[in-house]
Amino acid sequence: MATMAQSIRMALHFAEENLQVKDIFGQDVGAPMGGVFTATQGLKTAWNSPLDERGIIAMATGIAMAGDRCVAEIQFCDYIFNTIDLLKIAGNTHWVSHGNYSVPMVVMTPVGAGIRGSIYHSHSFDAWASRLAGWKVVMPSNPLDAYGLLLAAVEDPNPVLFLKPKALMRVRGEDLIPGEPDNEKDLKRMIDGPIGDRSQWKPTWPKLEKYLVPIGKAKTTREGQDITLVSYGRHLLLCNQVADDLKERNILIEVIDLRSIYPYDWQAIKNSVLKTKRVLFVNEDTEVTNFGEHLCYRVTQELFYDLLARPRVLAGLQVPGIGLHPNLESASVPERADIEKAVLEIIGEVP
Amino acid sequence: MMTTKSVQKKAKENAHKRAPKNAKEALKRPSKTVLPPAIKRPLNGFVRQNSLGLSDLKLLSKELLLKIYDLMVKSRVLEERLIKIYRAGESFFWIGGPGEEAWGVPVGLQIRKGRGPAFDYLHLHYRGTPTLVAMGMEMKDSIRLMMNRATDPSTGGRNFSNHYCFPQWNVVPVSSPIEVQYSTALGTAHVQKRACQQGLTLVTGGDAGTAEGDFASCLVWASRPGRELPMLITVQNNRVGISTAYDGQHGEKEIADRARAFQIRSRQIDGNNPIETYLAIQEEMTYIRKTGRPSFIEAKTSRLYGHSSASGANLAQDEIDGLKNFENLLLKADFLSESQQQNTWKKYEVEGIQAQNEVRAEVQPAADSVWDLIYVNSENADWRKF
Ligand SMILES: Cc1ncc(C[n+]2csc(CCOP(=O)(O)OP(=O)(O)O)c2C)c(N)n1
Repeated sequence: MATMAQSIRMALHFAEENLQVKDIFGQDVGAPMGGVFTATQGLKTAWNSPLDERGIIAMATGIAMAGDRCVAEIQFCDYIFNTIDLLKIAGNTHWVSHGNYSVPMVVMTPVGAGIRGSIYHSHSFDAWASRLAGWKVVMPSNPLDAYGLLLAAVEDPNPVLFLKPKALMRVRGEDLIPGEPDNEKDLKRMIDGPIGDRSQWKPTWPKLEKYLVPIGKAKTTREGQDITLVSYGRHLLLCNQVADDLKERNILIEVIDLRSIYPYDWQAIKNSVLKTKRVLFVNEDTEVTNFGEHLCYRVTQELFYDLLARPRVLAGLQVPGIGLHPNLESASVPERADIEKAVLEIIGEVP
Repeated sequence: MMTTKSVQKKAKENAHKRAPKNAKEALKRPSKTVLPPAIKRPLNGFVRQNSLGLSDLKLLSKELLLKIYDLMVKSRVLEERLIKIYRAGESFFWIGGPGEEAWGVPVGLQIRKGRGPAFDYLHLHYRGTPTLVAMGMEMKDSIRLMMNRATDPSTGGRNFSNHYCFPQWNVVPVSSPIEVQYSTALGTAHVQKRACQQGLTLVTGGDAGTAEGDFASCLVWASRPGRELPMLITVQNNRVGISTAYDGQHGEKEIADRARAFQIRSRQIDGNNPIETYLAIQEEMTYIRKTGRPSFIEAKTSRLYGHSSASGANLAQDEIDGLKNFENLLLKADFLSESQQQNTWKKYEVEGIQAQNEVRAEVQPAADSVWDLIYVNSENADWRKF
């Protein structure tokens, strides 16, 4: 099975061959490196930009205004913050120009902790991103969804932010990408650049097929009736694990992989919460004005009298960053044990 | 408290005291930061010189000169109408380009006008009326924007005056954050480079804004060796940003020097002289279309009605008026008669009043349209309806 980095690479290859993507660019995105997580290796339209995040977002916006499709990368979301007003412009252009200009661009950026990245390689961006009106924001938790969401993002006529959970970039999925060879080693031989000199190297791409994950559609990854866990990205996998662990104790957790942060799949959340009557939102962005708080607020407004326990949000602590030492990192973002503890507390709550 | 005027007066008085006695002294560096003695200008002002002379009239055809004049008047009258609309309480805010006609009109006349990369893209700031008037914008469309009517073709009543957008002419939306147009312009120029159809990207902005990072981004990305972009990068230097004087903020000798550091062809011109600007733009546009490389113009302009309505929008007494100087020259040369002159102003005054009356009656944006057009085809963006 492909890793998420390989699936993103394959999606981008499909997009440059079939979906008119003409530029894939950012810092170290082109040859020889092909991206710090190798997600852009061997792509024919990939190029290296100056080390200038504002320039990258603005360049993408201008390309989109001129009608071409592009995918731009910010190397780590920790460095996207000085582009916020340019992101706002990309998001407000269609609205403020009364539909005169659309900005169909994709920005991808690695997010989150989990790789011992310390303060400036561990930021999250989902809560910030949810405030960028006019954007769509997606975040996959597995390689197949990464492939399908990225193609959907490229096809979307609006700006789309594709958040890459960096701790999952080398994690393999459970499903083949349509067209991916059965054997992992074959895939590696075909599309992974060799170590060392890559100047003569060219990938051999598998015959990939189009596969879309519609933006705004969640996926139920575990079914259950005792409590709903809503998450995305890296923490979705932790929620799945907790669900599997607690199943042995006869606690049946329903896990929803939101996949799209905006627009989000309220119907999926609502239907599940109406069934389980208990809900926990899990993500690793900081806890104050967290996106999970918005969802939690909505649950209290619309489903209050259906609940059997207080809806809760489990998120990163409101600290300036993730400290490098594992003790500091574990204390700052939700861990498997924290999720389990919160689940048991909510389940134990009696109205 | 010292007012701007008193600061300027003081600077004028002191100028002669600092005047050098001989060439040797003139070349000596001042020991402390004072205005260079050779430049006699008030702190908040401009070189008080009119560079227009009778001999300049030979450089362009009479027909073209009169066309430029006519459009400059039209733009001025329109801007003054916008100010009147603000004063009458029929709009919330005015910002615009009176004082930049001698720059903006020659620009607009030379734009390759159309939609898509084969044509020129315009990334303007909020003083672009003269350029758009020269391109053929109707007064009514500017007034619709000013009076935030639903009929406003640029923003549908969503943004300030002079924040134009005309996709049929590649005029991308003017955005308020200073200088962002310098970096988004890179993208349209990049697509034009790929298209190889001699379309270019024009970007305009003020002098104070060049301190922003996006200005540097523009120079860096436009001049990457082997990947130079077909851009006319321009700065309209009126020597002030809202209230902050140019002097004391710029260590570079002239803004045009910053482009030179990136091997970008660069020049400084008198933006109050429409003949000089016309020829400079013509030359630089030809160069860009031919070579696919960027070029830079710093045009010295005037700000005739202050920064915006926030500072009163009153006529400045101490600024050069490029339009008045040009008009006087045309009268002196008998290119223009007094009656023609009066008729030109009157014609546009009448047009402006009529346009205002018509626009006043036009429909206003409906409250429930706030959710429209956030996404393409107005796909729902309201979370309450997800
Ligand atoms: C990023 C940003 N900061 C501040 C402002 C407020 N502002 C609007 S115009 C202006 C001054 C701009 O001066 P200059 O670039 O010289 O252009 P001018 O207005 O003189 O034509 C400022 C500070 C803004 N719009 N955007």
